[in-house]
Amino acid sequence: MTKIIEPKKQSNIFKRPSSETGIWSWITTVDHKKIGIMYGYAAFFFLLIGGIEALLLRIQLASPDNNFLSAAEYNAMFTMHGTTMIFLAIMPISAAFFNYLLPLQIGARDVAFPRLNALSFWIFIFGGVFLYSTFLFGTAGAPQGGYLAEEVSRLGSAPNGGWFGYQPNAGFKYSPGTAMDYWAIGLQILGIASLVSAFNFITTILNMRTKGMRLMRMPVFTWMTFAVSFLLAFSLPIIAIALFYVTFDRQFGTTFFLTEGGGDPILWQHLFWLFGHPEVYILILPAFGIVSEVLPTFSRKPLFGYPAIVFAGFGIAFIGFGVWAHHMFASAISPVAQAGFGLSTMVIAVPTGVKIFNWLGTIWGGKLKLNTPMLFSLGFIGMFVIGGLSGVTHSIVPADTQQTDTYYVVAHFHYVLFGGAMFGIFSGLYYWFPKVWGKMYNEALGKIHFWLMIIGFNLTFGPMHWLGLQGQVRRTWVYAEETNLGFWNLIVSIGAFIIALSILVFMANWIYSKRKGPEAGFDPWDARTIEWSIPSPTPVWNFSKAPEVKSLDDFWHMKYDEDEDGRPVRKEGADALLAELEEEGLNPSEEIVLPNPSYFPIILASGLPFLGYAVIYKMLPLAILGTLLILIGSFGWGTEPLEEEFMEDLENE
Amino acid sequence: MKLFKSKKIFLLGFIFIASCIEDAPLDSLSPAGPYARSIDELFWLTFWIAVGVFVIVQGALLFSVFYFKERESSPDPKQIHGNNFLEILWTIIPVLILAAIAVPTVKTIFDLAREPEDALKIEVIGHQWWFEYKYPDFGITTANVLVIPEDQPVRLEMWSNDVLHNYWVPKLNGKRYLVPGQTTYLNLQADSPEEFWAQCGEYCGLSHSKMRGRVISMTESDFAAWVANEQSYAEKELPESSLAAEGQLVYLNAGCTQCHVIDGVWDVQGDRIAPNLTHFANRSVFAGAALKNNPENLTKWLANPAEIKPGTFMPNLELTEKEINALIAYLGTLK
Amino acid sequence: MSDSHSYPHEPTGVETRKLGFWIFLSTEILFFGTLITTFMIFKGRDFPGIKLTDVYDIPFTSVSSFVLLMSSLTMVLAHNALENNDQEKTRVWLLSTAMLGAVFLAGQIYEFTEFYHKGFELSSNIFSSTFYVLTGFHGLHVFIGVVLLLALWGIGQRQKGLSLDGGMNLEFVALYWHFVDIVWIVLFTVVYLI
Repeated sequence: MTKIIEPKKQSNIFKRPSSETGIWSWITTVDHKKIGIMYGYAAFFFLLIGGIEALLLRIQLASPDNNFLSAAEYNAMFTMHGTTMIFLAIMPISAAFFNYLLPLQIGARDVAFPRLNALSFWIFIFGGVFLYSTFLFGTAGAPQGGYLAEEVSRLGSAPNGGWFGYQPNAGFKYSPGTAMDYWAIGLQILGIASLVSAFNFITTILNMRTKGMRLMRMPVFTWMTFAVSFLLAFSLPIIAIALFYVTFDRQFGTTFFLTEGGGDPILWQHLFWLFGHPEVYILILPAFGIVSEVLPTFSRKPLFGYPAIVFAGFGIAFIGFGVWAHHMFASAISPVAQAGFGLSTMVIAVPTGVKIFNWLGTIWGGKLKLNTPMLFSLGFIGMFVIGGLSGVTHSIVPADTQQTDTYYVVAHFHYVLFGGAMFGIFSGLYYWFPKVWGKMYNEALGKIHFWLMIIGFNLTFGPMHWLGLQGQVRRTWVYAEETNLGFWNLIVSIGAFIIALSILVFMANWIYSKRKGPEAGFDPWDARTIEWSIPSPTPVWNFSKAPEVKSLDDFWHMKYDEDEDGRPVRKEGADALLAELEEEGLNPSEEIVLPNPSYFPIILASGLPFLGYAVIYKMLPLAILGTLLILIGSFGWGTEPLEEEFMEDLENE
Repeated sequence: MKLFKSKKIFLLGFIFIASCIEDAPLDSLSPAGPYARSIDELFWLTFWIAVGVFVIVQGALLFSVFYFKERESSPDPKQIHGNNFLEILWTIIPVLILAAIAVPTVKTIFDLAREPEDALKIEVIGHQWWFEYKYPDFGITTANVLVIPEDQPVRLEMWSNDVLHNYWVPKLNGKRYLVPGQTTYLNLQADSPEEFWAQCGEYCGLSHSKMRGRVISMTESDFAAWVANEQSYAEKELPESSLAAEGQLVYLNAGCTQCHVIDGVWDVQGDRIAPNLTHFANRSVFAGAALKNNPENLTKWLANPAEIKPGTFMPNLELTEKEINALIAYLGTLK
Repeated sequence: MSDSHSYPHEPTGVETRKLGFWIFLSTEILFFGTLITTFMIFKGRDFPGIKLTDVYDIPFTSVSSFVLLMSSLTMVLAHNALENNDQEKTRVWLLSTAMLGAVFLAGQIYEFTEFYHKGFELSSNIFSSTFYVLTGFHGLHVFIGVVLLLALWGIGQRQKGLSLDGGMNLEFVALYWHFVDIVWIVLFTVVYLI
């Protein structure tokens, strides 16, 4: 019989919230699945905004000397497009996957610190809202002493110093107004969210694994989550400090990045890329993980070289800390540094290559079911290889001094982050759709989405290689007609709208299938990992009983033996076992303790934007309000009784 | 199948465009000097290796998709967990390929950084949003258009007056940053007399896209003549009651002298924040090389500079049409 | 907790909260590492203007460093007392630790004020900026530590007293406090002595 312990009616000072449905259940939830879903929707919302910003950029660039956007608007749009896509779209979508899947893949009931998990999410939301409130409250203008012919921006002022915020251009003298402060402080807040989630996921993976789930039995997606969490934990402090410096320079007159006071603008580049390059792997490794789940499932073969893929992932993460200056080959660094970082950049191609070849090894000789998630994973390999190869040309330092800051680089990292990360993410969204919603997506619409997207994608970013080599410089609001870049720019812009169309198809499929899709059943893919051994949609308690894992791909081995040829043979009792699992999964036989919802994560998180505004506008009341919210949140957090205490109190009664 | 089609169109497009390269003045693939050529060779070497890898990997991928696609008759595959030999092989082969590329790469890095002998030294100073050039050997200060002798190495010593800029003449060499408070170096050399385009590569604020430039390489005799002319001062006494003389008055009285120097007419010690105009009429472009130097463009520019280059430090002096015409006539005399 | 609860915990053998806390501390090292690196980069640079060496008073800072060091000792004593379940002593040592921390903070505030009067201000130049941001960031940590200590002391006033399990207990605060102390030893060496 299910016994879910109800929160005690009145305990201590605060009552713990108890809604299970409705808006309050979402606001106070600490359930990793609900948090994951909220992460997903919020990130998708920002993805749409970032996409609209990209479309505005592409309309402006569709013809030479265009005047659709003003310079100020264009600069704000590319800054916000980059910032949004990286910090508000891809990172949180990855966080959505981590949240939803990580406990399921290691057989846990929740993450190690459920309330911290909710805190991460709410800090992310408040950080995103804070950053975007720049459109309402922010100001931006010409550099001090410069002139503008007209209103700065019809859209409201947004940060316009680039997502990379190079100093001193992003400093107060050359980017006056408050918009760049919104950027610096907004990223600071978002960084806290990611840092907190990194602690949580590392601890979860180390300490919440179920019986028998040794490290080398963990699914690759979990491994990649592990790697990403370490990258976050060790790279975010660096950018946090660098952003402190920026804020101090802008607000309190220090000169960390200004030569006037003895500072050094190149220091910002070092600090930024010391974070920024690991960040690239933070964005791409989750997709590596997803693809490593999808390919074996639909090839009906185990992952080729599982240890190699795991170690390559960690190799990439590790070397990723030693290649940052390849973003600065044209910058003020010595030839020795150029050579060193060029070589380390080449080295990182090796583990990346190992992964790609192992994926090919996985599908080679398989029985490939070409449905939507599989198509996206295969598309991922194809596109990522292009991005990887153009990346190798960047490690050739002299060639890179030609390519850097041109559209060639734009093409390169979109092949990696869109063709790579986003294709992987879409693959995962389709793959786990039935697990999350219990319904099946529409295969026809899914395939239309894939084909539109891969065509639109290549049309958009393929010609950019050419444009870059032909001399189109990045972040340029207009290009001269004489540069003869107009034709391919028009093609690129058309491609961008095809991508937009494909996203509409995706949304239609999602909305329709979530409501009207056929029942999926709990193991629609005949999958390999244990998250498929529980009912769909996942019950609140995940596993009704802690599973005991005996091997890698445990769920598969529950269902299949191998014959003497090494081909899988379905076990005799497999179907009965599955029926039993489903029955058990829906009707747990043991007492279940779930973490209780809490008001305090959202209260604590809501204090941060006020502190941000207080710094920007130097308003003490806002600082007091922010601190008060944080204190109330922390106090309530510290005093509300833990689940264990409930249990004890109950037993004592 | 569609995947194939899109790729084909794509490839055809590349071939089409490559076969009829129109004149793209910032083309990094048409080197016109030894430095750019050494980079170009390295790029193509890497490119063809990359094409090889591309064909192998995409070939294997597409082959797998078509050959191992699920068919009704296909049995479940053998469960292969890995193969040490293969995995070591595809770790080692990339290492060897990369090592092969690394050698010429490192060599070229140091070759490009070395200061050439007998190089002409030119100082490049970045401003928001134009490049200033100084020839310390000749005592010349000019802007937007860099003039160099053909077939002779030029050593640029560069720094920035404000934010980061990035100097790029694609047909002559790769990019190099201009940093406030530091000096960076870049070598240029052109094979023959030609006009090249330059562009600021690093995002440097509102009008970054209009921070352009020209580099003109000249024969030795032309260059000597150019230097001699640049060293001369502008005429102070102009024919009375001519339009140009009126223009000179506008220049002296309307506020232009706050920022612009014309040697011989308005001399000041030290640097001014705007381009030196002594030989303005000889320059093919102005306003950060965003505009061609002709009366039409000058009219537009003088009427409201921020309209052309948002954020510019040149104010709208609210000149009348008459004043503008006079000023343009005067600027035309500054040869 | 009932035995029918099949969920195993902590395959690493380290308590989950403690593990999380260690990971948190390891990223703190990176925060301070970045700040210290920046400080070191600029320390050797040749730039005109006032320097820390023009204003500092090593004997004074040595004394306040010693005070902070002593607070680690009292922290250990508090932990020991709690292990022996001596609530009274625990509270006393907790309070002494907080007081020593507060003395250190007061010393830092005094020091900063002195420096300001001598013209070594936050925005004077890169030397002052790196100094204030680095030591100020540490001071903030000490401040948070004092608040946590006082909060613990306050909780200790309850009838139940303090215990070593559950929640953000004395053990974590002690870990944090020792960490902050160790960081100060590094900072003191890097900033004042080298």
